[in-house]
Amino acid sequence: MMGSFGSPDLCMADLILVVAEQRDATPANQLAGGPGGKLNRVSFETVAAAQAIAKETGWAVEVVLPGSGIAGLAQELAAKAVGKVYALEADALAAYTSDAYVHALKTFIGEKQPKLVLFPHTYQVRDFAPRLALALDRTLISDATGYKFEGGALKFTRQMFQGKFAADVSFGGDAPWMATVQIGAFRGDQAFSSDGSVPVESVTAMVADGPARVTPHEVFQEAKQTVDLSQAEVIVAVGRGIKEQKNMVLAENLAAALGGEVAASRPICDNGWLPLERQIGSSGQTVAPKLYIALGVSGAIQHIVGMKGARTIVAINKDPEAPIFEIADVAVVGDLFQVVPALTEEIKKAKGS
Amino acid sequence: MKILVCIKQVPQKDAPLRLNPEGTWIRDDVSWETNEPDAYALEEALRQKEKHGGEVAVITAGPARSQQVLREALAKGADRAIHLEDDRFAQMDAANTARALAAAIEGENFDLIVTGLQSDDFGAAQTGVLLAEILGIPHATIIIGIEKTDTGLKLKRELEAGHYQHIEMTMPAVLTIQSGINKLRYATLIGIKQAKMKPMRKVAWAEVEGKLSKSVQKIEKLYVPGSQKKTRKIEAPAGEAAKQVVEYLKETARVL
Ligand SMILES: Cc1cc2nc3c(=O)[nH]c(=O)nc-3n(C[C@@H](O)[C@H](O)[C@H](O)COP(=O)(O)OP(=O)(O)OC[C@H]3O[C@@H](n4cnc5c(N)ncnc54)[C@H](O)[C@@H]3O)c2cc1C
Ligand SMILES: Cc1cc2nc3c(=O)[nH]c(=O)nc-3n(C[C@H](O)[C@H](O)[C@H](O)COP(=O)(O)OP(=O)(O)OC[C@H]3O[C@@H](n4cnc5c(N)ncnc54)[C@H](O)[C@@H]3O)c2cc1C
Repeated sequence: MMGSFGSPDLCMADLILVVAEQRDATPANQLAGGPGGKLNRVSFETVAAAQAIAKETGWAVEVVLPGSGIAGLAQELAAKAVGKVYALEADALAAYTSDAYVHALKTFIGEKQPKLVLFPHTYQVRDFAPRLALALDRTLISDATGYKFEGGALKFTRQMFQGKFAADVSFGGDAPWMATVQIGAFRGDQAFSSDGSVPVESVTAMVADGPARVTPHEVFQEAKQTVDLSQAEVIVAVGRGIKEQKNMVLAENLAAALGGEVAASRPICDNGWLPLERQIGSSGQTVAPKLYIALGVSGAIQHIVGMKGARTIVAINKDPEAPIFEIADVAVVGDLFQVVPALTEEIKKAKGS
Repeated sequence: MKILVCIKQVPQKDAPLRLNPEGTWIRDDVSWETNEPDAYALEEALRQKEKHGGEVAVITAGPARSQQVLREALAKGADRAIHLEDDRFAQMDAANTARALAAAIEGENFDLIVTGLQSDDFGAAQTGVLLAEILGIPHATIIIGIEKTDTGLKLKRELEAGHYQHIEMTMPAVLTIQSGINKLRYATLIGIKQAKMKPMRKVAWAEVEGKLSKSVQKIEKLYVPGSQKKTRKIEAPAGEAAKQVVEYLKETARVL
């Protein structure tokens, strides 16, 4: 099927297009003397992924940044070794809406005809990228942790069944192929830098006219934090394996013996057993303590991104195949209701001596 | 409000999963449950109906066994169910799943369609967004608050790292719901009894086949991921396990 990709004589460019992300570059913000927008640093992780794929395929890498008043941010991206950076600009792209993003990128990608389009798997991308892919009559592989290029075919690896399995997924249809890259799967600080000669081109975006269907308001944070878990040296994290609120005391006792803080996975905070500010993961806090003890936490990726930087990870879980064990230094396979009290006693003994 | 809830049946959280012989999916002989965020989507739909009146319909695409998730939803208070019943409905990519759902509700004109934000098995996090594109209506994702206004909806979106955003949008619309948006109710005995009398419309493969495309994603291989670290595995009685952990923390990690 030709889909929306015009005449067959129009050759598909051997190009990987990275769609970068910025925040807060709204005119109001800039007028108010605000920072004038920030690049989402995970954009560099996607650049690193594109550079790695390019090394194997020989394809070129270019970057597009949608927004308004973003020339400076585009320059930051040009510090990386890519062929070109496009600042795709329109007033309607100042504050994010899926409608404006889909329309602008659909037109841009349609013109550029890249082989592959890569996005970071952010909340914003999750919101518009599936729709963009379908509008282009293409498919999107979401949340890839890696890729394989074998026999001229590109496959992406992704987690399935909450991390219990991984799968290699391939594209059945025509390019442009599209994929989102899991946060933390590639190292942004390892993206190759340029020699300073990467051109930045400003492009006026095509955006839909007609009344907006979605009206976005300012981004905000709920309440001021009263604890800063990012400074904690020891964290005891509780997952749904704790079963009941009254059992939380097990974790509190262990944390007290270690002189550490108690934290939790999302469902525990959803239940109100701990305040939201003690939630670890993509929608909560990111921490890197010396010691992280996970009690009855399965190890979903949204939890792991918040704690995999911990120096030593001890996981206690009754399921020998729990995904948390893949990143643990010490994997205790057992019932937390037996292991945790025993561990608390052992630690008290060790500290006492 | 006329509301549709999309519900997927997925393997139970604690179910031990084994690969099928082809290594492309899991073996089917496990216990099943409602995809967790879909349960929250249903709860939210029921609450909206209780506030504003209207109707809640539930829909699933999957084999005969998946009727169970519809039965449970009816027992909790949904008014009627639609079941696209065929094994093949569970083997499509998210775009085709969305096409099948759209075909099954043609002419229904729901004011609001809610889905979970992603499934616990494949987890593409796309079906709801694609359904909106197919229906030509707006959507919003990862919603943790819904308020009906005179002109449409006022929503609270969750963003990364404890950030949020309010947005307003017109109806009809598709929303993908985050777990924790509300507190789930249990089905009552009366509800379970009444559920048996509620309408369940079956949609056969042949009725929607013409609206589907080729599935353009292929699972080449499913496998157990390897450990990313050198992990010290401890399988011992609690007291012994505790001793070994403390020894590791003292001697190897040096954090005690
Ligand atoms: C090539 C391929 C082969 C597959 N083979 C199998 C297989 O053999 N067996 C199998 O069970 N699965 C199989 N799948 C998984 C497939 O059924 C997916 O579940 C489907 O693509 C929907 O995507 P998702 O589960 O990622 O849903 P997401 O997009 O993550 O789901 C978001 C939300 O959409 C709604 N939703 C999703 N699916 C349904 C549904 N079926 N009915 C109602 N609402 C729904 C729910 O509200 C859900 O919370 C396969 C997928 C692919 C791509
Ligand atoms: C957009 C998005 C954002 C998210 N953000 C976050 C986030 O910031 N933080 C977060 O944590 N999650 C987040 N999640 C949710 C995440 O996907 C998982 O659902 C969640 O982390 C699971 O929590 P859990 O491990 O406590 O529960 P489960 O997955 O239910 O795991 C419970 C574990 O306890 C074990 N267990 C049970 N009984 C015992 C026992 N007696 N002894 C020992 N072990 C036992 C089980 O084997 C199991 O592994 C997010 C999801 C999405 C889609």
